[in-house]
Amino acid sequence: MKLPSLRDVATESRLLLIGIPVFLWTMIPIYHMFLFAISPKEDAFSGKLWPDHPTLHNFEIVFKQQHYFLRDFYVQFWNSLVIAAAVGVLTLVIATAAAFSISRLRVPGGRIVMNLALFTYFIPAAFLAVPMYRTMGNYGLLNNHWSLILAMVTIASPYAIWVLKQASDKLPVELDEAAVMDGATTLQIFRLVYLPLMMPSLVAIGTYAVLLAWNEYLYAFLLLSNDREITLPVALGNFLAADDSPWELLMTTGFIYALPPAAIYYAFRRYMVGGLTAGAVKS
Amino acid sequence: MAITLSGDQSIPAPPLSSRLTPPQIWGIVLLAPYLLVFLAFVVYPVGYGLWLARAPSNYVALYNDPIFARAAVNTLIFLLIGINIKMLIALFLSGFFAQQRTWIKWLSVIFILPWAVPSIPTILSVRFMFNPEWGMVNHFIFSLTGDDGPNWLNDPTVALTMAIGVHIWKSLPFWTLILMTGRLAIAQDLFEAAEVDGASWWQKFRYITWPSLQTLYITCTLLSMIWTLGDFNSVYLLTGGGPADLTHVLSTLGIRYLRLDQLSLAMASIVCAVPFVLPLMYFMMKRLSR
Repeated sequence: MKLPSLRDVATESRLLLIGIPVFLWTMIPIYHMFLFAISPKEDAFSGKLWPDHPTLHNFEIVFKQQHYFLRDFYVQFWNSLVIAAAVGVLTLVIATAAAFSISRLRVPGGRIVMNLALFTYFIPAAFLAVPMYRTMGNYGLLNNHWSLILAMVTIASPYAIWVLKQASDKLPVELDEAAVMDGATTLQIFRLVYLPLMMPSLVAIGTYAVLLAWNEYLYAFLLLSNDREITLPVALGNFLAADDSPWELLMTTGFIYALPPAAIYYAFRRYMVGGLTAGAVKS
Repeated sequence: MAITLSGDQSIPAPPLSSRLTPPQIWGIVLLAPYLLVFLAFVVYPVGYGLWLARAPSNYVALYNDPIFARAAVNTLIFLLIGINIKMLIALFLSGFFAQQRTWIKWLSVIFILPWAVPSIPTILSVRFMFNPEWGMVNHFIFSLTGDDGPNWLNDPTVALTMAIGVHIWKSLPFWTLILMTGRLAIAQDLFEAAEVDGASWWQKFRYITWPSLQTLYITCTLLSMIWTLGDFNSVYLLTGGGPADLTHVLSTLGIRYLRLDQLSLAMASIVCAVPFVLPLMYFMMKRLSR
């Protein structure tokens, strides 16, 4: 076995000198959350790095809804789930149709619509939230799940259309021409040629929209207020209303809430990295 | 509605019905859902908001509100200092993560976590870590020095710095990943040739990496600035705008006015930012639509 040279050791330790702080910086807030989730109340507030008696009791309290703040846990979890799924489906339908229309059918004015959509993409979310709140009030949708679903679809579709259009532009025109020669109608091309070829991008965009909706706090907290209508993040924010909040339960619920998006992200990482980050900023 | 909107007005044309082929009609039908969403949830709210903010008295009220001036300054600090620090770290770390090592691959999988998980629980976790009485950080300081630690979030400068820190924690992985993709696209033989010529680490960066990355880097910085204007969570969940409303940024201030039922003030505070944001938005739109 060859001994590593002095230079290799120096390079490796320099890399470690960066790697270790990066690891700590990333993990400390997440570990802190996990620590609270497995600590009984006394341990959680004592500043220990590992509890004397680690326990799953907090999870039991959450799952049995045994606390004032948690009495609608399942309803709120369900709300988050339904809204995220609806946003994912609606965004996919709207954006795929629009991208197909702009990129493959070259609809007149398609370029203008693309630019308008991109412009919307760059409106800071918190700025649009103010008039959006009033708009939903005017439409009579406040406190209705549709208000959050439609708001999130509005925010998710511009980027979705853009990514899907970029991907569509890469498909060869000859495919459509050949299908037309064979007598395929526009809808048949859409269903039998376009959709199968776009699958990887569709998975990436669906995941993007679902995560965006699941993680959204500001719009959810503005548009929904009734305890049985709100989503999980709003319920978490409501913990802060009391001075003696049960922080260990807040962190436990937060941990449960953070698990699905993390799992989805890692499951679809292949698509996300290829489909999203590469397209996110064109160099 | 959809037909008039998507019709190309600049070219004189025969009547629509004779000009449109079946694929074009399908094109309009398929584009219609998005146009409806756009009209109902972008055009109408924005137009209505601008109409609400039309009265000059709103701007006088804003001018006289010290919280607004403070929020504007905080926003500038957040964008000009915070974002540039973040992007410099991302540029540096993208070089680190581009190294071909198994343990660095694994670290990059962990490193993405802050971006993959929702911000609410993690920001609240940080908030509690810095709680003056029970927080982990002050426990630690007490066990080391025997003194009580500072009341972190009660000092506006410290609180704003920490909000910037939380923002960086959350979005650094995303930008690092993008810049790393940019770095990996640079032809490797350039570096090998430079190595043979005995180029230093700095020379390789200055003459190979930076020229290929600079457009991407500047685009990312501008994009991050635009989006950070809309970052409500980092400030609201950590400091709630406090102490004494001294750590608000424009996004939390708008929502604060909204909660106080001063909708026209909320809109006016946003309109004040438009002259600065609009050129950036236009520039980015042009870049991405090419």
